[in-house]
Amino acid sequence: MADQPNGMGNHSSYPTKALSLKKRPRLAESLIQFLLFFAGFFSIFITLGIVYELGKEAWLFFRLPEVNLWDFLTGTQWQPHIGQFGVLPLATATLMTTAVAMLIAIPLGLAVALYLSEYATIKVRNTLKPILEILAGIPTIVYGFFALTFVTPILRSIFGRDVVEIYNTASAGLVMGVLILPLIASVSEDALNAVPRSLREAAYGLGATKLEVAVKVVFPAALSGISAAIILGISRAIGETMIVAVAAGAGPNFTFNPFKGAETMTGHIVRISGGDLSYDSIDYNSIFAIGLLLFFITLSLNIISQRIVRRFREVYE
Amino acid sequence: MSLEKELFKKKNGNAAPLTPEPNLPDRHRRGQVWLLIFQAATVIGIIVLTALLLNIIDSAFGYVAYESKKDPAQFIVDGVPIEEQTQEQLVALLQAQLSSGAFNKLNNEKPFEERSRAEVYALVVERILKYDVIASWSLTDSLFRRAAIDAEVQELLVEHPRLELKFVSWLTADFISRPQSSEAVTAGVRTAIFGSLLTIIITILVAFPVGVGAAIYLEEYATDNWLNRVIQTNINNLAGVPSIIYGILGLAIFVRAMEKLTSGVLIGAADPTTATGRTVLSAGLTLGLLVLPVIIINSQEAIRAVPQSLRKAGYGLGATKWQTIWSHVLPNALPGILTGTILSVSRAIGETAPLVVVGASTAISFDPTFFSRFTTLPIQIYQWTSRPQDEWRHLAAAAIIVLLVMLLSLNASAILLRNRFARKY
Repeated sequence: MADQPNGMGNHSSYPTKALSLKKRPRLAESLIQFLLFFAGFFSIFITLGIVYELGKEAWLFFRLPEVNLWDFLTGTQWQPHIGQFGVLPLATATLMTTAVAMLIAIPLGLAVALYLSEYATIKVRNTLKPILEILAGIPTIVYGFFALTFVTPILRSIFGRDVVEIYNTASAGLVMGVLILPLIASVSEDALNAVPRSLREAAYGLGATKLEVAVKVVFPAALSGISAAIILGISRAIGETMIVAVAAGAGPNFTFNPFKGAETMTGHIVRISGGDLSYDSIDYNSIFAIGLLLFFITLSLNIISQRIVRRFREVYE
Repeated sequence: MSLEKELFKKKNGNAAPLTPEPNLPDRHRRGQVWLLIFQAATVIGIIVLTALLLNIIDSAFGYVAYESKKDPAQFIVDGVPIEEQTQEQLVALLQAQLSSGAFNKLNNEKPFEERSRAEVYALVVERILKYDVIASWSLTDSLFRRAAIDAEVQELLVEHPRLELKFVSWLTADFISRPQSSEAVTAGVRTAIFGSLLTIIITILVAFPVGVGAAIYLEEYATDNWLNRVIQTNINNLAGVPSIIYGILGLAIFVRAMEKLTSGVLIGAADPTTATGRTVLSAGLTLGLLVLPVIIINSQEAIRAVPQSLRKAGYGLGATKWQTIWSHVLPNALPGILTGTILSVSRAIGETAPLVVVGASTAISFDPTFFSRFTTLPIQIYQWTSRPQDEWRHLAAAAIIVLLVMLLSLNASAILLRNRFARKY
């Protein structure tokens, strides 16, 4: 760009005037570049907006006389009408659904990833991958419907109607596991595929069976990518909302029984804001406090996952 | 295994094994078993997907037993049953049966002369006959437990003498074209579909230009300095923020802080006394923020895939940077950008949680505008699923089918676009 000849205007003065190689300032170009930069910078505003708004309202919440940060983090009761604001019942419910979900999603997701990357022929892969993409693309509210109308009745008929409540964290967690399976499978599969062929060939050369190559050579080599996938899955499970809002139950409940109903952090936010929430009420402020906690948990998980990928990536030539 | 090893030692003395390891069959068997396990895991995914779809179909069709609050026989005029009466007769019937206030209200919403006969008939069904669903059955029950259903109906007939049993599809053309209603028999998803479409239009208008602009900046202009690295990292992190957080952000910023703008008061589109910020506009803007990072990342990939030689050729011909981008890079990246945008938009259409937080309403029986309260398909499904009565679950299933068909056609168009315009270098 810098070495463009000058325009028509200087033609008459050519050759007496030396050819200017200076970059001409172009106003329109600079304007466009500025606009594009602003579009890129806009995402920073979103993050700042999230932190500022959540922080501001959460600050108002914690300044209320009936709330303090310590009780918020350690209290086992969430009952706004009697001034109890302990987030633990909501957090344990989130923990329960996430744990059940990961119990399903990790083994199945890793098995699918190993099968797709190490065993499946190209033809099988090309049919299976779209199916997994469909699973990942179905709206979560549909999964919620599935949990409530299909999985819960099955659980109730297996374990008995007195044991399993209509709304329970097990059913929500199981279905959430299926939702997260494709995520873990596809990210792990990418990691497995990135392991160079030479490692596999070397292992075969030493007489390893296919399973041994997959599990003892390729899998450890891809471990960083796989753990990143798992952490990403956990973060997704914690932030997942509609499945738990529909199937896990309404009303905070401090319990570790997966067959009992319990409200997760996300489920609580949805239920509280479902009606016409009046601004500056304690409920309004409380969803920002829970939201802030949720934001920090998922953000740190995402950052950890990115760090793992960057720091422990095995570099192959 | 230890037994095999001992046998092996006996045969060969203590010499090191020269033949392949003795437990080779064992290892191969283990390989076979695990292969089966891996395959089973994959099959489970397919089974769940099938179960999910079948469950929806199972709920969307089946027998329904319902009863009208008033006997249709009492409205027969000159031997003509209510189904065959003319529009004038039906309007007269409405006038006679409804309070004058209710009748005038209906007339004000839309004059009876302008309504079609079908619309008036729907009003008669909704306001006068008032069909109540007494019991409903799933498709599998309807097909395989017919005798049991008949027995149940016999029992119900004692209490509900006018009970009618009918095999219905909850998903009908009427269901799609009717507005939301408080009666299961007359409820439809028309308002929800319009709400979804309007919301998505705003989402695209906001997220597409900003997203593509940001992607161009990051791929073509940004040098490797700390600010640009922060922007890139920030976008990657935003893509992982739970959608409900965006809902809270939208509630605080669009619904509350920018209420004057989003309610339409500022441009005089709404009545300042009743308007709130819980509008289609707020919802669309919130979803716009939600899909923005995804659109940026997808567009970046598409732009990165354009070969460097094209840019060099542009520069070589004396084009400026922007001319090169506009006439060479963007046209080649466009199919990829559009595909990525369609996929992220289809994700936005299915989003429920942020819209609940932003303040979607459900009882909306009019077609929404940009500045009106809104409901969308997923919101409607959520509300119907949350109700305890069976009939609403059936409606939710029917609405899910509508939603899935909508998403499927969007995704299919994305794939077509990709295959049609994809270029290989």
